[in-house]
Amino acid sequence: MNAVIPIQAVVQSGCGTPPEVIRERGQREVFCGLTGIIWMHRKIQDAFFLVVGSRTCAHLIQSAAGVMIFAEPRFATAIIDDRDLAGLADANAELDKVVQRLLARRPDIKLLFLVGSCPSEVIKLDLHRAAGRLDKQFGPQVRILNYSGSGIETTFTQGEDACLNALVPQLPVTEEKAIMIVGCLPDIVEDQFARLFTEMGVTNVSFFPPRNSRTLPAVGSNTQFILAQPFLGDTVRALESRGASHLSAPFPFGIEGTTEWLAAIATAMGVSQEIFDKVTAPKKARAEMALAPLKETLQNKKIFFFPDSQLEIPLARYLNRELGMELTEVGTPYLHKQILEKELALLPQNVQLSEGQDVEKQLDRLKLAKPDMVVCGLGLANPLESEGYTTKWAIELVFSPIHGYDQAADLAELFARPLRRKAKLQFDTEALCN
Amino acid sequence: MQLTLWTYEGPPHVGAMRIATAMTDLHYVLHAPQGDTYADLLFTMIERLPKRPPVTYTTFQARDLGGDTAQLFKNAAKESFERFKPQAMIVGASCTAELIQDDPGGLSKALNLPIPVIPLELPSYQKKENWGASETFYQIVRHLTVQDTKIAAATHISQRQEKLAAGKKPSCNILGPTALGFRHRDDIKEVSKMLTMLGIEINVVAPQSASPSDITRIPQADFNVVLYPEIAQTTASWLSRMYGQPFTKVVPIGVNASIDFMKEVAQLAGISEEKVLKEIKSNSSWYARSVDSTYLTGKRVFIFGDATHVIAAARISRDEMGFQVVGMGTYSREFAKDVREAAKSYGLEAIITDDYLEVEEKVAELSPELVLGTQMERHIAKRLGVPCAVISAPVHVQDFPARYAPQMGFEGANVIFDTWIHPLMMGLEEHLIMMFREDFEFNSNVPASHLGHVGAASASSHQVTEAAPYFELEVPVVDQEQPDKKEEFDTQQQSTTQQSSVDQAVWSADALKELGKIPFFVRGKARRNTEKYAIEHGMQQITLETLYDAKAYYSR
Repeated sequence: MNAVIPIQAVVQSGCGTPPEVIRERGQREVFCGLTGIIWMHRKIQDAFFLVVGSRTCAHLIQSAAGVMIFAEPRFATAIIDDRDLAGLADANAELDKVVQRLLARRPDIKLLFLVGSCPSEVIKLDLHRAAGRLDKQFGPQVRILNYSGSGIETTFTQGEDACLNALVPQLPVTEEKAIMIVGCLPDIVEDQFARLFTEMGVTNVSFFPPRNSRTLPAVGSNTQFILAQPFLGDTVRALESRGASHLSAPFPFGIEGTTEWLAAIATAMGVSQEIFDKVTAPKKARAEMALAPLKETLQNKKIFFFPDSQLEIPLARYLNRELGMELTEVGTPYLHKQILEKELALLPQNVQLSEGQDVEKQLDRLKLAKPDMVVCGLGLANPLESEGYTTKWAIELVFSPIHGYDQAADLAELFARPLRRKAKLQFDTEALCN
Repeated sequence: MQLTLWTYEGPPHVGAMRIATAMTDLHYVLHAPQGDTYADLLFTMIERLPKRPPVTYTTFQARDLGGDTAQLFKNAAKESFERFKPQAMIVGASCTAELIQDDPGGLSKALNLPIPVIPLELPSYQKKENWGASETFYQIVRHLTVQDTKIAAATHISQRQEKLAAGKKPSCNILGPTALGFRHRDDIKEVSKMLTMLGIEINVVAPQSASPSDITRIPQADFNVVLYPEIAQTTASWLSRMYGQPFTKVVPIGVNASIDFMKEVAQLAGISEEKVLKEIKSNSSWYARSVDSTYLTGKRVFIFGDATHVIAAARISRDEMGFQVVGMGTYSREFAKDVREAAKSYGLEAIITDDYLEVEEKVAELSPELVLGTQMERHIAKRLGVPCAVISAPVHVQDFPARYAPQMGFEGANVIFDTWIHPLMMGLEEHLIMMFREDFEFNSNVPASHLGHVGAASASSHQVTEAAPYFELEVPVVDQEQPDKKEEFDTQQQSTTQQSSVDQAVWSADALKELGKIPFFVRGKARRNTEKYAIEHGMQQITLETLYDAKAYYSR
């Protein structure tokens, strides 16, 4: 529980009273947390992710990432076979062998994550203890940690949450007053934010996760952290248990979100309003200029979000308030009320929120809503396109630099592009019967 | 537990999905945890299908495990029947659901649906994708073809022969093509063309595009064409036992195999193929005979993939390209015997493994000039800096091309010729690089210039654990401005050669320098041979002379 967040007063313009939320269960067309590996392995460059799971898990990751040709992939799977299940082989001894073979092949690995999966969770293979044991054996050259990316426990971006959560106990202690930005950001965005803080005279800002496992940021009771991503519930709790306190703010998407988010940090670090405005004004102006033409494409267009990454609500807020898009249904896999407190307050009254999913029923609702744009996963995107919908595949939003002022227009462009493309392509599909 | 960087096959339920997605009016209800819907992407993204696969997942979560996951399954089965109204349904479990043992077969029987519901037993921790596809197809055909057990296969045969005698055209089924199959879409067209040219009618193509009611018509054909034994051999053998339908054994990949195939089907259909064969012109066979292809002679090639494509590729390599097959293997354990037999005819021992690392070791050891493999061998080839072409699944999106790109038949042979030759350095460039080693633009460390990108064959630098001295002698030109580029090259070289260079004869500086002058694509082989020669002859040091002694020795 987070005592630090001040209770927000009812905001007149937004839906201060919580909007209706459809809570649904049924077939969920989402990724499991293992997919987080695909971007986390690029962020923490000396880390390796070893999934302990089935062939399905291995297949998932390679189907997602295998289109790139790797000379040295930084992830792999220890596939459980029937010998492990029948108890013929001691699963722990087997795992040790696999880790040994892996580390022999890759002496450059400094941090190894044993990533739990549905099978390993269901058979209750204690990877936490295994990680502790192996850590003693191979440490301090290689740190070995564990988290679960299983589908039964985590949805897509929650894999990052679980991974960061596992890293929190490793963070060194500090008593210095500092700000920690939490959530995996593209390097370029990180650098932009760092420059902004320098301009404001805010020093002592760290980013978590770091780019290298040997440069973990420190944490302590004088650390205030702010989330850059909305899907980090467990990490919030873990950091709080280390004494750090959570700064609540809207997420840094678009001009408004970024300003509010930066303001929360500036206020916490005692930056004067004058300096804050001086630093942010030119950036805001530049972003507004870049946004203007995109507004023309997007204004008054109806958008429908399928649940995917938990980014849906902040993005819907941005598209609605800054680009004039009309929100129909905004689906999210999980609705973390505290983390999204400031975001929910900014949503329009008439939005239909939904948490969880029954994909068939949601598709029925989609057909009634007749949106101009559908944000959905890749399992649905092409099928919906073939039915005449314009889609924006949601995963790209996790893989693109979208935070901050200078990405505001890029973010809008991600939504504008499918609409522009649809207008551009001129096939006589009638004549072709497809 | 097996360390797997890349897996050659998915789990067996993905095989079942390939059958379900290939067919029409069939629905698959899969007991699986949240997240397993990733498999939809294989079809909607990799194969770019414009429809959702006909699969309903139960997508249970941790909180469901305490409750009634069996009820969850029953609801999913019932709802998907009502929503999709399929002609038949298949039901089964994924790997995690297999652990919780809810028995989808029994549960759906209890639902008493008014359509055939076929239960699938796919042991996820033992079997893999192709087995799953084969088993699913077999179960579907077995359940849906109406059998009168009193009628013996011989009776079916004589009935068909009577019809043929009465003037009916001979007919066959095409069995094996599925969703997510490597070039299945175009292979069907190419093979259908060949059959039509011969005057044979096509009764049912299955599972691709077939509905459950089409499946019931399978026994009406005179014989079966098995395009992909990995998928359809089990079914075809069963059909041959039950209905006396013979089936083809030759897979028409390559010019010679296509000719053999036409002869085989003509024989099964009781017709003559000679006239039709005379009408066929093969570009690839002329291209291979044209002088431009002379330099391909004896190129050392390593082949890996599923059994069917490997056996076919080896035959093409030797007889239709003039390559030397230096290694071949498969991940299809079910067809290990066939690959072993085939390998024997090339004087090789087949590598039967689904361990990516083992394949990688083998490629490094053999240092071929060309790798013919799967998407996974492209990773290996990149790491080792060897040209590579894809001949078999698993493949990624680029191998589901928009253009017509069969592997089978005579057009398939043309496609194969172009695809395999493309990654190799062209003849003139190869000659010039052997003559002049220090050109700043064309040198042995950059990929063939027709591939367009300088320095694209890269490997990450961590492999550099020790210096590779001979290599430093060799790349004074490239590395001045781009220090990491040199490192990359070191890495490649390192990894191709490290196997053999430990605690063995020591290279003298001049011998090492001379080795550097040997073209890169045969250098690994030369190094290995020289070291082997030195060890066999008890030499402590490899001199320049040893290098040439070994060259003469092995050229015998």
